[in-house]
Amino acid sequence: MENIRTPKVEHVRLIDRTNPRRCSVGTLYLSSTHSIFVENTEARRETWVLHSLVSSVERPPVSPSGNPLVIRCKNFQVFQLLIPQEKDCLDVQASLSRLSRPERYGELSCFSFNPNLNKEARDEAWSFIDLRGDYVRMGIPSNLWYITAANSEYRVGMRCLSKVCDTYPSDLYVPKSATPSVIVGSAKFRSRGRFPVLSYYHRDNSASICRSSQPLSGFSARSTEDEQMIQAIMKSNPASEFMYVVDTRPKLNAMANRAAGKGYENEDHYTNIKLQFIGIENIHVMRNSQQKIIDVGQVRSPSMGDFLWGLENSGWLKHIKAVMDAGVFIARAVAEEGISVLVHCSDGWDRTAQACSVASILLDPYYRTLKGFMVLIEKDWVAFGHKFSHRYGHLDSDPKEISPVMDQFLECVWQLMEQFPCAFEFNERFLLQLHTYVYSCQYGNFLANSQKERRDLRIQERTHSVWPHLWKDQAEYSNPLYRADHSQTQGVLRPVTTPYCFKFWKAMYNRLDQASAARQSPADCLSAVREETQQLEEELSTHQEVPRGTVHSPTRQGIHTHRTHNQMAPITQNSPVMPNLFSYAVNGLIQNSMLIDAVQHFRFHI
Amino acid sequence: MEFAELIKTPRVDGVVLHRPFLPLVEGTLCLTGHHLILSSRQDNTEELWLLHADIDFIEKRFVGSSGTIIVKCKDLRIIQLDIPGMEECLNIASSIEALSTLDSVSLMYPFFYRPMFEVIEDGWNLFLPEESFKDLESMTDEWRLSEVNRDFSICPSYPPLVVVPKDTDDDTLLKVASFRHGGRFPVLSYYHKKNGMVMMRAGQPLIGPNGRRCKEDEKLINATLRAGKRGYIIDTRATAVAQQAKARGGGFEQEANYPQWRRIHKTIERYSVLQDSLIKLVEACNDQSHSMDRWLSKLEASNWLSHIKEILTTACLAAQCIDREGATVLVHGTEGTDSTLQVTSLAQILLDPSCRTIRGFQALVEREWLQAGHPFQHRCAQSAYSSGKLHGEAPIFLLFLDCTWQILRQFPCSFEFNENFLVLLFEHAYATQFGTFLGNSAAERSATLKLPQKTVSLWSWVNRPQEMEGFVNPLYEPNSLVIWPSVAPQSLQLWEGVFLRWNRSSKCLDEAYEEMVHIIEYNKELQKKVNSLRRQLAQLETEEI
Repeated sequence: MENIRTPKVEHVRLIDRTNPRRCSVGTLYLSSTHSIFVENTEARRETWVLHSLVSSVERPPVSPSGNPLVIRCKNFQVFQLLIPQEKDCLDVQASLSRLSRPERYGELSCFSFNPNLNKEARDEAWSFIDLRGDYVRMGIPSNLWYITAANSEYRVGMRCLSKVCDTYPSDLYVPKSATPSVIVGSAKFRSRGRFPVLSYYHRDNSASICRSSQPLSGFSARSTEDEQMIQAIMKSNPASEFMYVVDTRPKLNAMANRAAGKGYENEDHYTNIKLQFIGIENIHVMRNSQQKIIDVGQVRSPSMGDFLWGLENSGWLKHIKAVMDAGVFIARAVAEEGISVLVHCSDGWDRTAQACSVASILLDPYYRTLKGFMVLIEKDWVAFGHKFSHRYGHLDSDPKEISPVMDQFLECVWQLMEQFPCAFEFNERFLLQLHTYVYSCQYGNFLANSQKERRDLRIQERTHSVWPHLWKDQAEYSNPLYRADHSQTQGVLRPVTTPYCFKFWKAMYNRLDQASAARQSPADCLSAVREETQQLEEELSTHQEVPRGTVHSPTRQGIHTHRTHNQMAPITQNSPVMPNLFSYAVNGLIQNSMLIDAVQHFRFHI
Repeated sequence: MEFAELIKTPRVDGVVLHRPFLPLVEGTLCLTGHHLILSSRQDNTEELWLLHADIDFIEKRFVGSSGTIIVKCKDLRIIQLDIPGMEECLNIASSIEALSTLDSVSLMYPFFYRPMFEVIEDGWNLFLPEESFKDLESMTDEWRLSEVNRDFSICPSYPPLVVVPKDTDDDTLLKVASFRHGGRFPVLSYYHKKNGMVMMRAGQPLIGPNGRRCKEDEKLINATLRAGKRGYIIDTRATAVAQQAKARGGGFEQEANYPQWRRIHKTIERYSVLQDSLIKLVEACNDQSHSMDRWLSKLEASNWLSHIKEILTTACLAAQCIDREGATVLVHGTEGTDSTLQVTSLAQILLDPSCRTIRGFQALVEREWLQAGHPFQHRCAQSAYSSGKLHGEAPIFLLFLDCTWQILRQFPCSFEFNENFLVLLFEHAYATQFGTFLGNSAAERSATLKLPQKTVSLWSWVNRPQEMEGFVNPLYEPNSLVIWPSVAPQSLQLWEGVFLRWNRSSKCLDEAYEEMVHIIEYNKELQKKVNSLRRQLAQLETEEI
């Protein structure tokens, strides 16, 4: 609380982003976790912004109407305030700047967030996702793969070196033939000890996706154990005669790493491997690219030329395509050629996570369900040590560590949804919500940078898990077009990756920008129809008095409940649904027009 | 002229056909007066029937003694025919070239086409001006139906009947016609029932370099203003372009002479620029080898989406003036037959819910495009693969359909028709067995070509229930409000259903559409069942009492 210089400012104006002439007057409150704007109207509409979601607080030059303050959020929302007194404005800025950049984990909102769950419920929530269960689902352990205890204390080869692989989870799956000494030797030959382990096993043909970091090969170094490890992985796919090693970096970057004693597998030393470079750029390139696309999304009334040029110039879609291409290459190797793949980049926690998880989504319909997608993120991202706190700037730390790695993965999934509208059980809203949670730290799942760090922080005792919370709202996140027995739901997805298949993700980069929000959403419309259909089914079964085991609430009478589908982000409880005025005239020729937009109502009467 | 003269080789065996997404077919190629036919002459195999009129451009390639003809169609599809024999290939190619560029309209297929279906409702009689005037009369008595153009002598591009202000007599119209480009004096385009405001359209005023003036013109349009209210003139040309037009005898309304009007200039490009844009866009879409940067830069360079944005913005502006400002609007560009019609027709889609129904949209096309004198024959003679010298070809109507699609995409529940219906209109505007889009004006269609007597209307076919089924939007819920689409660049998209249609399979999207139809149909079925059970229940209850 000592960081809050002024807990309450009155007569603050919240400016409508789409029309600067419109604003609402109210009171701004600063709590330890949120900024809350309460309108001075009958309705007393509230806008809540989590401090941990704030990415920057700017103070543009003072204008005659007051002291402007621009709050930019990590989920690309922007709030513009006008504060009467300069001192208040400075205080708010200083407080928010401090509050939005916590220095210690303990300051994050997940440690104070209390959804009123007892200890049992909390523990149960943390066991909602069962990663061992997922490997069992894939048929692992088997006669070819086993779970190794090598990293049970997050220190592979503890006798030789301490903390060799503190970024890996404790459960690791390796080929049966990989002996402890091979594991230890391989770990010593890989950046940060991240030796090749199993990420995904394709039951249909025994091909697998393994992941690791780059080998410490330099110009000439080699490790017999590492070579044996790769050999063991290849042999675990009995039908195959070679395997792919996918280095997701541009070849030049990989070569440059050799000078630092790292690099990539020398095909002379590793028998029967085929090396493939994909060319996903590094985190710094991605960070800059995203900044450009955010800027594109926030330009006020750009021309079409400005917009398309900005889109091209940002390079963003090119990078999304590169990630998708990596996933497609791996999925094709596994499903069509029946060849196992080892994926790595430099450290194996950014591009590798992207490539493995995109490939898994393409390969396995389970990961396209709501629960399966949670499992996938928990496995390929959380457990395998994707550095959430560094990448998403949870704490006030090195800005060069920040990068939208997860954003790109979520966007790849969105691009896939656009191509395969029936293939995913969840919808776009789910991706957006997840994106917000990755940044907001309301829940403990995405805290810190590895499983070990989370264990040391006692995350499971001190914070809550996001998954059961999302699961509870699954009606909100379900894709009405999804049907478990639909052909798109089965088997492998084969997306087209021609450039014109990639679109600007408007809902992400123009979030809640009413002027460009879809006026009507077919998906929401269909969800309402489906819900009503379900109620009709229930009513039918009561009328017909046919006892049906599946019907749980047979006493419902009329069908008059219509859901609203406007619960976008929990941080703004007033997610505006009423689009407002905007003018098509140039030069403000028509100034007094008050355009109140036609709000569409979807009604499905009986 | 006999078609036979143009067909040097009517039949070639062993021709291989390549089509997008379909397996190769080997068979016999036949040329008839109007069709290119390829048949494998086996049972259960699909045949290709391609109208010569649908062929935009062909390319020939030779390897050894066999040749290949690449046929580029006006609907943007590209097919390939491998023909054994050099001579056969050359003959086929020259025949196709001749048959696909026939000069005489009366030799076109619609004059030879005999429908295989019974015409229940003749599309030629569906949208008569007298009928729509009756609707107008029920709302206002300020307008009259003038027959001044009954023999097309005042304005060759206008229909025989036009709606003008009640107090303006035919003599005045004659004078005004001589002051407007192409004789296109201001006529009523749309009456906004909600507030009685109107939209008119015309050709540019012929001010000329000396600032000519026409009191009758001023009087005519002033007659549409409410006391003390201003009107808006939307000139679809940039100010500079409108200025330049003066030197050539055209121009725009001078403030001094039209003090009650405020003029707004927008920048909708002329047809030649738009045709160029279409060619560039389609070229970009067809090249699959592009990198992301190259694709985006070519998309931008085509300017197609900029044109979409500008046209939509102008239509929104017109609608805004009428609905929000409560003002009368006059729209014109140069001729008043292209950008003017894009604006007036799109504005009506925004303002008038009936234009969002299937019949209403047909009526809109009939009224604002066909009757209003859009030169379809000239504009749609060539499509995106055209090359060489053009003669007024331009995708004016396609841009209108694309803009409609953009609105439909933003308001997917407010239209009774679906995307397929728009694609259908695009195809038939360029090549068709129906007479609807032939000719350049009402005069040509009825007086010269006698289309209603000699050809079948597209509407006669499309309005049959079995055809209509495929064009109905399952999400449709009548929406009586004015709709305001977003014209932000982020909200406008490439119309994949037309421009990427032959480049990527739409299987998954089609499946999603089917799924949507299924969900809604199942819901309706259940509603029926529940309702009938409820009625039975109510009946039983009353019987008990």
